[in-house]
This record gives sequence, structure tokens and C-alpha cells, in this order.
Amino acid sequence: MSEPIEDCNETLRELYSFLDGELTDDSREHIRRHLDDCSPCLAAFDFQAELRLVIRNRCCDEVPSSLRDRIAAAIEAEGATPPSGSGAGPSL
Amino acid sequence: MADQERFVELAMPLMDSLYSGALRMTRNPADADDLVQETYLRAYRGFGGFQEGTNLKAWMYRILTNTFINSYRAKQRRPQESELEEVEDLYLYRRIGGLEAAGLGRSAEDELMDTFSEAEVKAAVEALPENFRLPVILADVEGFSYKEIAEILDIPIGTVMSRLHRGRKALQKSLFDYAVSHGLADDPDKSDAKPEPVSAASTVER
Repeated sequence: MSEPIEDCNETLRELYSFLDGELTDDSREHIRRHLDDCSPCLAAFDFQAELRLVIRNRCCDEVPSSLRDRIAAAIEAEGATPPSGSGAGPSL
Repeated sequence: MADQERFVELAMPLMDSLYSGALRMTRNPADADDLVQETYLRAYRGFGGFQEGTNLKAWMYRILTNTFINSYRAKQRRPQESELEEVEDLYLYRRIGGLEAAGLGRSAEDELMDTFSEAEVKAAVEALPENFRLPVILADVEGFSYKEIAEILDIPIGTVMSRLHRGRKALQKSLFDYAVSHGLADDPDKSDAKPEPVSAASTVER
């Protein structure tokens, strides 16, 4: 739109840093303002954000209860013989 | 013993997350089982070195990753460090985000996202070479910060960012192939509209 093309390029370059929450407040605000005015960039951001959610939601597995039990038992057994060496660290 | 109780209380709820990560890393349920169990035992033994108030999940993931790299990676058939074909930015969006422009509206995009099955997304993630797969899992699935990923993987933040960037693009390319197979996007090989620039310039990662 009225925004210079350079603003779009810069915004798209920062797309992932923005979605990853890795920008400073100032840069974040700058991008937000651009997205308010630029629907093509907003569409691209939306798409990536949604894709990210899809990836996250599809990659969740549940631990088989047999494994959970096995690990709980193994830790229990370890606990019977206190860990050697560094031992109980200071709980801050 | 108090330490044991504390460990159980804090670490056991993280197991689904670590198990999911282990499955993506090993691509094999039997290995994932062993990897998670070994990770928990190591974490338990080293729990005295964990500083409460810091991120336990990141600490556990570091152990998971180190254990994977040291014990299981040797068994993996694919090369550990790989190159990736150069893929343009916004690969998937530029191909299927256009559905909106075609007047299909926002719901078409949602529908499209729905068509990526769990098995497909997992397969696409697991198809990534390991040095790209781990950062993608840690960022996109587990939501770790760049700094945390750098610490978990023992690589500089700049490397985290470049691997993430390229891994994500490669992932999008795999997903696009699934979209094509679902008939949701035109097969670029068959379509006469704007063929893919097949510049096979697979550049070595810096």
C-alpha cells in the first residue's frame, strides 16, 4: 500500500523472530504497526503462525503407561541407593 | 529422600514432551523408550546440579539431546550433518496461501491446514537432517527460545537461527508435497504455470 516496499521486505525478514518472540519491544511494535497497515504481510504472518500451531499440535505423543511405570520404578530403585558423588545439591 | 520426591514432582510431568522429542530424534519407538528412560536416570543422578528456578525442561532436553547424540546417533542410518537444498522463503505460503487470493477465503486455508495429518507432519519433521531437525523440534514444537536452544545443542545462537530458518523452509517443502498429493495444490511438475526454479544449488551450511 502506501508503505514503502522496503518496509515489507524488512517485516518479512523479521517474521520468524517476531513469531518466536525474539524481538525487542521496539522492533516488535514497529512490525505490529506495519501489519496493521499491510494486509499482504499480515496474511503471510497469519499463515506462518497457523502452520506453526499445526506443527506443534501434530507432534505431540503420549508416553506409553508401561514406559512411565518403568521409569518411575527405576527412579525409585535409584533412590534406595542414594546417588553417589555430588549428592543432594543445595536447593535454592 | 526429599531430592527424589522433588525430582519426581518436577520432572515426571515433562515426560510426554521429552518422549515426543525422543520419537522425532530416533524415529523409532523402541529407541525412544530407551532414550527417555536413560535421560530420566541421568537427570535424576545429576539433579543436584540443577538449579531450581531455571528451566527444568531445557535442562532435561539438554540431557536428552546429549544422550541421543552420544548413544543413539551412531545407529541412525542417515548422515548426521547434512546439507539442504536451497528453498525460497515463505515456500508454502507462496504456493498455497494463494488460495485465499483465489477467492476461496480464509476457511480454505484452515481446511488446508487440517488436511496435514499427524502422520504427515511427523514424517515431514523426521525427514529433516538431524542438524536441522533438532532446532526445529526445539523451537516449533517445544517453544524454546533461541538462547535455550543454543545451550541445549551447544551451538552459537547465529547457527540456531540459520538452521531453524533453513529447516523450516525444508519442512514446508515436504508439507507442500503432501498438499499436492491431496490434490490441494497443483503439482509443479505437471502444471504449466510457472515451473519451479530447480536450481540444485544445495549450498553448504556456513
